[in-house]
Amino acid sequence: MIVDPISLMVALIVVSTPLLLAAIGELVVEKSGVLNLGVEGMMIIGAVTGYIAAVETGSVTLAFVAGMIGGLLLSSIFAVLTQLLLSNQVATGLALTLFGLGLSALLGVGYGGTPMPPVRDIFPQVMQDIPVIGPILFGHSAMIYLAVLLVAAVWYVLTHTRAGLVLRAVGESHEAAHALGYKVIRIRMLAILFGGACAGLSGAFLSVARVQNWIDGMTAGAGWIALALVVFASWKPWRLLIGAYLFGGIAALQLRLQAAEIGVPVALLDASPYLITILVLAVISSDKSRLAMNAPAALGKVFHASS
Amino acid sequence: MTSPLFETIGLTKAYPGVVANDDVSFAIRPGEIHALLGENGAGKSTLVKTIYGLVKPDAGEMLFKGTVYAPSEPRAARAAGVAMVFQHFSLFEALSVAENIALGMENPPKPRDLAARITEVSAQYGLPLDPDRLVGDLSAGERQRVEIIRCLLQDPKLLIMDEPTSVLTPQEVEILFHTLRKLRDEGTAILYISHKLDEIRALCDEATILRLGKVVATCTPREVSAAEMAELMVGKSLSRPARDAGAPGEVLLHVGGLSVTPASPFGTPLRHIGFEVRAGEVLGIGGVAGNGQDELLAALSGETRVPPRTILLSDTPVGAMGPNKRRALGLLCAPEERLGHAAAPDMTLTENAVLTARVRQQLDRHGFVDWGSTRDYAAKIIERFDVRTPGTEVAARALSGGNLQKFVIGREVLQNPKVLVVNQPTWGVDASAAAAIRQALLDLATGGAAVIVISQDLDELLEISDRFCALNEGRLSAPRPARGLSMEEVGLMLGGAHDMHEAQPEAAE
Repeated sequence: MIVDPISLMVALIVVSTPLLLAAIGELVVEKSGVLNLGVEGMMIIGAVTGYIAAVETGSVTLAFVAGMIGGLLLSSIFAVLTQLLLSNQVATGLALTLFGLGLSALLGVGYGGTPMPPVRDIFPQVMQDIPVIGPILFGHSAMIYLAVLLVAAVWYVLTHTRAGLVLRAVGESHEAAHALGYKVIRIRMLAILFGGACAGLSGAFLSVARVQNWIDGMTAGAGWIALALVVFASWKPWRLLIGAYLFGGIAALQLRLQAAEIGVPVALLDASPYLITILVLAVISSDKSRLAMNAPAALGKVFHASS
Repeated sequence: MTSPLFETIGLTKAYPGVVANDDVSFAIRPGEIHALLGENGAGKSTLVKTIYGLVKPDAGEMLFKGTVYAPSEPRAARAAGVAMVFQHFSLFEALSVAENIALGMENPPKPRDLAARITEVSAQYGLPLDPDRLVGDLSAGERQRVEIIRCLLQDPKLLIMDEPTSVLTPQEVEILFHTLRKLRDEGTAILYISHKLDEIRALCDEATILRLGKVVATCTPREVSAAEMAELMVGKSLSRPARDAGAPGEVLLHVGGLSVTPASPFGTPLRHIGFEVRAGEVLGIGGVAGNGQDELLAALSGETRVPPRTILLSDTPVGAMGPNKRRALGLLCAPEERLGHAAAPDMTLTENAVLTARVRQQLDRHGFVDWGSTRDYAAKIIERFDVRTPGTEVAARALSGGNLQKFVIGREVLQNPKVLVVNQPTWGVDASAAAAIRQALLDLATGGAAVIVISQDLDELLEISDRFCALNEGRLSAPRPARGLSMEEVGLMLGGAHDMHEAQPEAAE
């Protein structure tokens, strides 16, 4: 056997966690009716601020907090531009990604390759030594469990609380929500900031926990895959978890296939997660009415209070 | 004489270029149904938005139960006991009935209790509703029930209803009136906004008439005639459109076995639609919005392709052709939504003229637009249809609803169509512009064209059509001569009360 299934499972969970964190944030943003294409930019800012904080303070927790703040600050630019100044969401989101990539390169100058504090696993070694399920279920750092808990929390809030209902209502029809007296702009800004913090945390996880290094452009399109995941999951949190594991699995598998030197060009294997993304989106989008059924009806539309 | 429950004193609100409300004062007593009457643009909407806390007045004040009432937002208005049923429903299609109702309440009970309350209150007022259904799957009448129940659950003292009957069949209107009278008898004051005079005479105790933002009269509707009220509302007497009825000519458009699956999840499928229209004839298609009107128009215009032989234009199968090919053959359409479907809002009138008239008016040469002749064509529409605009180079968005509608209809009429299909030609248009549009359609038919008018306004259809048929849940009834058709019969053709009954034990399933 060229690929060890247990180590593949472990890698899959680690690889998919940043996707999951960024995508769950974007899901909340899109549920409020806003399309933020700046996920990639917010992720990489989170990665660099998290890494810098880890190097300077030696604390992994502070590093994650710094990553969240970095992503949140960048998303606040998007929030002000699109919600208060009514700029186009698509163009602003793309600009945010470009800006984030450039700014992160600048901030990260001189930081690459600095030694890092280790990220500890939370379960004792005894539990990790259980065959098969030990490494898969218990062999991870706290952030991986937190990511799954976050998905559960978002699901619960969206479907079972009034705050979630109001958020969904705003994303469904901002005019109707406004007529009922809900603060559309405020709710959307908060959703955008939440999405920014999630993307930042996702970036920090990538640089601090997974790669343990800072490399320019290290997100390498993960933000875009996270965006695709939201559509793949048809805006449902639990499907997001499945989707993230699926994409993470492909990414982890292709690395192992490369290492096993099977007769497929490396470039093709490298591109496989992106090819699969395009393929899956094409298949999902082919059933128009099903997609429209789940998509927030006001997604990407500019809300002008006086109209 | 009881003291007023609610009063406005000298309310004034100005927007750039227009005074929407000018020194408006009126009063409502508890247990009174008070009509607010006026044309589109008379300031009714601004006034009720002020009362509901969506608009802040520039001057004047309101009194509620004798104390100053100045709601800063709808939440404050609801807390005070003012509830509103909107003209364009403020509902969320992808959410359930219970979720929609919870969103409109200050302190909604737990979902299970709320569902029980909805079932209970809706049965009590003869408006049965299933709390778990998605609003997107409901008929227009049922959607309005959701809004009404949402208001009733908050035990309002003043209920505002903004044009509630515009989307209902005559039978559904009866059910609604029954509910409103019951509420009145329980002491709820109702502010009823409409421009339908017969309804106001049947329902309301008092009426305040607005024209151009000012109160021009108050009256007791039962004591004055509809014509008197109409004159007060419009400020002049209106002439009814007229024409000489000629014998219908050859069949110009034949539709048979037309079935269409809708593209959107909340659309209505068309089922085996068949009809024919002759030269010189006006065919009226009535029906409550959401019963397949948009889908039918799309199939006729060519936006939706159908099997070729389901639509025959003078024996030519056109079903598989796109809009431009159909236009070239003489089948023209004016869709309902003025901004965004019939016209591009941010483009000028000249640019909008070229969009549909390019083929028939030869407004391009070798693929290049001939702006000179296009401008002339736009100017011709403006002149012939009395479109009030500073010129041809004005964005469509800048025109008032009535003027843009005249332009959109005129653009098609002046292309000399063989068959013209219009959807809601006078929706949201003031009375004099509506009369002008109807007259233009009649003149077109007199000139030998076949005209299909799709509309929710039954009075309009009975006035101008030669034959009338009803579109109900995607099915078209057999056409009947429009002359002599009573409202009752029309209502039954429209599917009666759309499976809506006043609460009976078996209806609550």
